Amino acid sequence: MRTFEFTRASDPAAAVRAGAQAKTAQQGADVRFLAGGTTLLDLMKLNVETPARLVDINRLPLGSIEAMPDGGLRVGATVRNSDLAHHPTVERDYPVLSQALLSGASAQLRNMATTAGNLLQRTRCMYFRDTAMPCNKREPGTGCPAIGGSNRMLAILGTSEHCIATNPSDMNVALAALEATVHVQGLKGTRTVPIGEFHLLPGPTPERETVLEPGDLVSHVTLPPPVPGSKQLYLKLRDRASYEFALASAGVVLTVASGRVTRARIALGGVGTKPWRSPEAEAALVGQPAETASFRRAAEAALQNARPQSENAFKIELAKRCLTHALATAASS
Amino acid sequence: MADDAPARRPDLTRRAFLTAAAGASAASALAGCAPTSLAAPRAAAAVDDPPTAGAVPVTLRVNGKEQRIRVDPRTTLLDCLRETLLLTGTKKGCDHGQCGACTVHVSGRRVNSCLSLAVMHDGEEITTIEGLGEGYLGEGLGTPEALHPMQAAFVAFDGYQCGYCTSGQIMSAVALLGEPCGPEDADVKELMSGNICRCGAYPNIVAAIQRVRRGA
Repeated sequence: MRTFEFTRASDPAAAVRAGAQAKTAQQGADVRFLAGGTTLLDLMKLNVETPARLVDINRLPLGSIEAMPDGGLRVGATVRNSDLAHHPTVERDYPVLSQALLSGASAQLRNMATTAGNLLQRTRCMYFRDTAMPCNKREPGTGCPAIGGSNRMLAILGTSEHCIATNPSDMNVALAALEATVHVQGLKGTRTVPIGEFHLLPGPTPERETVLEPGDLVSHVTLPPPVPGSKQLYLKLRDRASYEFALASAGVVLTVASGRVTRARIALGGVGTKPWRSPEAEAALVGQPAETASFRRAAEAALQNARPQSENAFKIELAKRCLTHALATAASS
Repeated sequence: MADDAPARRPDLTRRAFLTAAAGASAASALAGCAPTSLAAPRAAAAVDDPPTAGAVPVTLRVNGKEQRIRVDPRTTLLDCLRETLLLTGTKKGCDHGQCGACTVHVSGRRVNSCLSLAVMHDGEEITTIEGLGEGYLGEGLGTPEALHPMQAAFVAFDGYQCGYCTSGQIMSAVALLGEPCGPEDADVKELMSGNICRCGAYPNIVAAIQRVRRGA
């Protein structure tokens, strides 16, 4: 690991000022906020991330979960994944989020990993993690050996000719289905970013993964008030039963009345370059009978623009079956 | 645990022998730690020692004992425990949070000590395998006569083969006792999935944990 200066922020404004000294908040940032450390320290050991300065934000007052006046929930940036998953309000009103969190990583990592850190979790693409290999995300312009290479785990939605890396987060998929909002404190004040706009498609600039600029500190995430009577589910398919990244996953929030779907929020994981909300699937489902044929049509719509790579064409059918099963299970719950 | 069972000469521990025998060629393995001498391992550099370039003071409370040390900021909690404080019961497996061998408790919660920096835990309570059981004396290994019930259950159920993952397994299992966990073996397997055992002692590990959970 390269040397760095370790500092601890006394308040969020100080963290913002320290972060603002970086040239970028994206890949290769020379100042990094340190929360759980589960992604950052892993990548620093690999020399994928080589910050000159770490700003420890663990002692900032960003670690609480609070009910909001509108009935929604405010989740602090440094709330640990395990605490969020087991929070009574989350278990009751946002079970898709609790399920997604508990399907990710291990109990030890969930005790460390934070809300903001999970939002910013980096891809597991092996070329990104290996500094001996070219990678447009890590070193722009060097090429993408994953295209035509080892890409079984990589994306089929939202890819570009420059990058096909998957967003690995489970939590992000649930946040997308719940239409969460990311709150950012920056040099110019605070702002909110809908979860769907927080992560960027790779396009020609895969090194840019989010809208964050130097100094931007994710302070908290808010969830809208729960939808009364909604049925929620997170379903994750993977190579082993536990402690593995998704090959395909689905987060669904459904409302069913008189046998018909009246509202649907659908997001996919393990298949997209960002947490993959599917308005196509939602549009295909609303107004339809809550039955398997409808769910399958929604799944077909969700994957209609999928582009398989050399090793992951299986993911198209896998994702369809995953979503179909998730919708059917949620609807009958 | 198992690998410490054979009687050994009190003046020559296995670790001291290996450390001395490793010689200077192993220096790079200790990069990022407080400046301890390889040939003659000693306790951690105290705060009053001449400062090392880049080293920062940290106070940890490890197994009930306050430890004031200086560490290079890069030092993981794992390397700090093993190389600076010479608490070698905690093992280094993958060093990337994937195997669980390095599991310790921070403020009562289990974490992967390899993916955490020692400086992040200034003032916090750390418990390692050496801190379990009534036999902990604050110096080195606990005694076989006063094991934590989970340690005793691992012995009774043969929850290991080579023993390398065992301290991590036990630290995870002890933490699990205080976490939300269903009653079934499958529930235990799910919550123990962050601890890998290459020998495949999983059935006996689950049996040991279930024995303790059921209070039998």
